[in-house]
Amino acid sequence: MSAHVERAELPGIGIRHDINTEAGRRLSIINFRDGGRELAISDEDDPDRAEETVALTDDEARALSEVLGGSLILTQMAGLRDQLAGLHMEQIPVRADSPFVGRVLGDTRARTRTRCSIVAIVRDDGVLPSPSPQDVFDAGDSLIAVGTREGLDKLVRIINGG
Amino acid sequence: MDDGALVLIEIGALILGIGLLARLAARLRISPIPLILIGGLAFGKGGLLPITQGAEFIEIGAEIGVILLLLLLGIEYSPTELIGSLRRSRTAGVIDMLLNAVPGALVGLMLGWGLVGAMALAGITWVTSSGVAAKMLHDLGRLTNRETPVVLSIVVIEDLAMAFYLPILTALLVRMDLGGGTLSVLIALAVVSVILYVALRHSQTVSRLVWSKSAEVLLFSVLGLALLVSGLAAQAHVSAAVGAFLVGIAISGPVAAHAERVLTPLRDLFASVFFLFFGLSTDPRDLVPMLVPAVALAVVTMATKILTGYLAARSAGIGEAGRWRAGLALTPRGEFSIVIAGLAVAGGLDRSLAALATAYVLITIIAGPLLSRIPDTRRFARWTKRIQADRRARLASASSA
Repeated sequence: MSAHVERAELPGIGIRHDINTEAGRRLSIINFRDGGRELAISDEDDPDRAEETVALTDDEARALSEVLGGSLILTQMAGLRDQLAGLHMEQIPVRADSPFVGRVLGDTRARTRTRCSIVAIVRDDGVLPSPSPQDVFDAGDSLIAVGTREGLDKLVRIINGG
Repeated sequence: MDDGALVLIEIGALILGIGLLARLAARLRISPIPLILIGGLAFGKGGLLPITQGAEFIEIGAEIGVILLLLLLGIEYSPTELIGSLRRSRTAGVIDMLLNAVPGALVGLMLGWGLVGAMALAGITWVTSSGVAAKMLHDLGRLTNRETPVVLSIVVIEDLAMAFYLPILTALLVRMDLGGGTLSVLIALAVVSVILYVALRHSQTVSRLVWSKSAEVLLFSVLGLALLVSGLAAQAHVSAAVGAFLVGIAISGPVAAHAERVLTPLRDLFASVFFLFFGLSTDPRDLVPMLVPAVALAVVTMATKILTGYLAARSAGIGEAGRWRAGLALTPRGEFSIVIAGLAVAGGLDRSLAALATAYVLITIIAGPLLSRIPDTRRFARWTKRIQADRRARLASASSA
């Protein structure tokens, strides 16, 4: 399943990494020997050619990798549930009509009622890991919960006000 | 006016002139090399304003320029890149040599310059200007293109091949005949092989020897080592330029990065002096009879270079448009061709060889980058797309039949 990354040496210039996406586009990143970086997207009509090339400063490259890396960790966490038998992880959205919008995490009494742990809250502005019982839910948050299948199903019903 | 003042005035005016030409080149978005060559032609032997006092400085400066050109070329490539390119694109390198050196050799024989002259001209038409090609790929935003590693590999192999070609040419120039030259050629090749082996295998030791945190110390160590090895190489008739190139290859890693930074301004200065010197010492009157052969040679060898790049890109699985881009990017000839011509004339070959090389380099170095823009036009993209569609259709009908 992992993406195929091709590495090509550009003698005297630097090193290029290519990622061929499932949709058939090619992303290239050049690390110049003198430290600069360039990100390029291939032309759809002529995949050998770069349609757009963007030069990135150190800070921009770091920001880009952090944004991509952050969302990647969530996807990988979601993949974890396949690996631990009996233990599941679920991302539960807090809908606008949920009775817990504007209330604190402790009010759900999730742990006592379902034996599930809410391990993180995902928001637009980032991830809040290990939330405390005093943290307030907002509409649009996603809760990352770990527990048994039945416990998680029950938690989803509680959060949705069932 | 006393001589010391005149020297300063002449050299100052020349360097200022180079500055103006480089500025004009930047404005026109072309390499400054052709303009400096033309500038040299205008002021040199038989030109408008012959130089008197500064000649000595320019001559030695030109020699240092060649050494610095080759030293930095060697520094740019790491041993792994050289070996990697050699492994990947060996076949392309051989095709490149056959397609591009042979036309030069044939014209050399036709002009009656003998075997050694033919060999010199073969080198002049063989080698793409790596500096111009790399800069062009950068300017046209093609570094991320898939055909670019193919182009660069060919250029690297050519540069590496020069490490063997130049000593052979130097040895032949000294003896001027194939029979007596064989022994000196073999000695030269043995010396180069040994140094190359040390450079590739023990580059870390060499790098550690010259390493220093201080830019000043690093500059003196690397430049001193390069000049010393070049001198020794010249003494052994291996060609000074090759000595410098091998020193450059031996320097790698962080040392190479720092050395490149401190040496590049020096290289720019002295390499320009070298191109100027070459222009100065070429008589513009020799150019006229050489124009027809130069144009013919340029047309033929630019076509063979395009074919070289096309074939290499095809075997690397690149599409139709990319093949043309690869071929056209290889067409400009430059610093190496001038170095070879300079070596040949200094070694006693016909002076018109320098004139031919000048005209030839001027044509290819100007026409090459201009032609390279063609594949970016919309009409060209449509044309290559149609060709590719036709080819696919033919393949499909052939396999279904």
